[in-house]
Amino acid sequence: MSRNNVMKHRSNDLLVREDASKTQLGFWIYLMTDVMLFGALFATFLVLRANTYGGPTEKELYHLPFILTETILLLASSYSCGLAVLALHKRNLTQVIALLALTFVLGSVFLAMEMTEFTQLVSEGNSWQASASLSSFFTLVATHGLHITVGLLWLSVVVWQLLRKGITANTERKTMLFSMFWHFLDVIWIFIFTIVYLIGVA
Amino acid sequence: MSRATLDHPITVEAHPGSAGTYTLGFLLSILLTLLAYALVVNELFTKTLLVGAVMILATLQLVVQLVLFLHLGRESRPRWNLVAFGFMTMTLIIIVAGSLWIMYNLNYNMMMSPQEMNQYMLEQTKKGF
Repeated sequence: MSRNNVMKHRSNDLLVREDASKTQLGFWIYLMTDVMLFGALFATFLVLRANTYGGPTEKELYHLPFILTETILLLASSYSCGLAVLALHKRNLTQVIALLALTFVLGSVFLAMEMTEFTQLVSEGNSWQASASLSSFFTLVATHGLHITVGLLWLSVVVWQLLRKGITANTERKTMLFSMFWHFLDVIWIFIFTIVYLIGVA
Repeated sequence: MSRATLDHPITVEAHPGSAGTYTLGFLLSILLTLLAYALVVNELFTKTLLVGAVMILATLQLVVQLVLFLHLGRESRPRWNLVAFGFMTMTLIIIVAGSLWIMYNLNYNMMMSPQEMNQYMLEQTKKGF
């Protein structure tokens, strides 16, 4: 490569990096607006949670040990996602793929458990149609679940691209954005766990 | 613009996290989660105190994860992420606290607690409005 080409290549690399930090800021602002969405759903839930329309109280509906397991699984997936980013910075592709695969498995189990909980609630006649309390419960928790579903789809695309192209500026950026999204979903879940489940049972 | 990169050469930023900080964040989060869970399951306090306690624990876990997982506030200046976060927090408090305040007053002016309001709505529906 001629010296000129090297310079061109290097400055290109710098531009990509600068753009990557802008992309991360833009994505962060999206996450902040997503918090507002959840904020509105939390407010709705808090206002309506007592309106059970004569149905069972929250204490009778939630099975805390099950929810605690879900919480720990999601937390573990957030941790493995963080470690994947570290491996990414060390340019260790095998480790990145392994950790992202682990994240995917943990996230999938979380989602499956949430589906199990919902199916059970609905089969016992406590669906979103039963009361205002349950409507707001399902809207809030399932919106988080929908985010998890989209996250899992996104993660599989990222892993596929990493497998095909290796660690490039592009795949690195995509993995970083995904990790921000995934940590963010864990943060939202802390508040669902606390405000919906723990306080509902307390 | 022949790019600000020439005046401010961008050094490849060291990643603000390490295996140590992620592990610390993970362990602290688990600890705070289990603590909140234990408080509620064993019904250690009255309802009001419990609500306060688990909300404080959740907020602590929020801070732990924001700093150790999302590296908030550890970027280089100007800290636009932190600014966006601050504005979001303000708006969030206005929306959530405002909604609760208004709805509480609505119930209060109807001379009912949320539970009584629920009962009242139930009876009205049975009567067929």
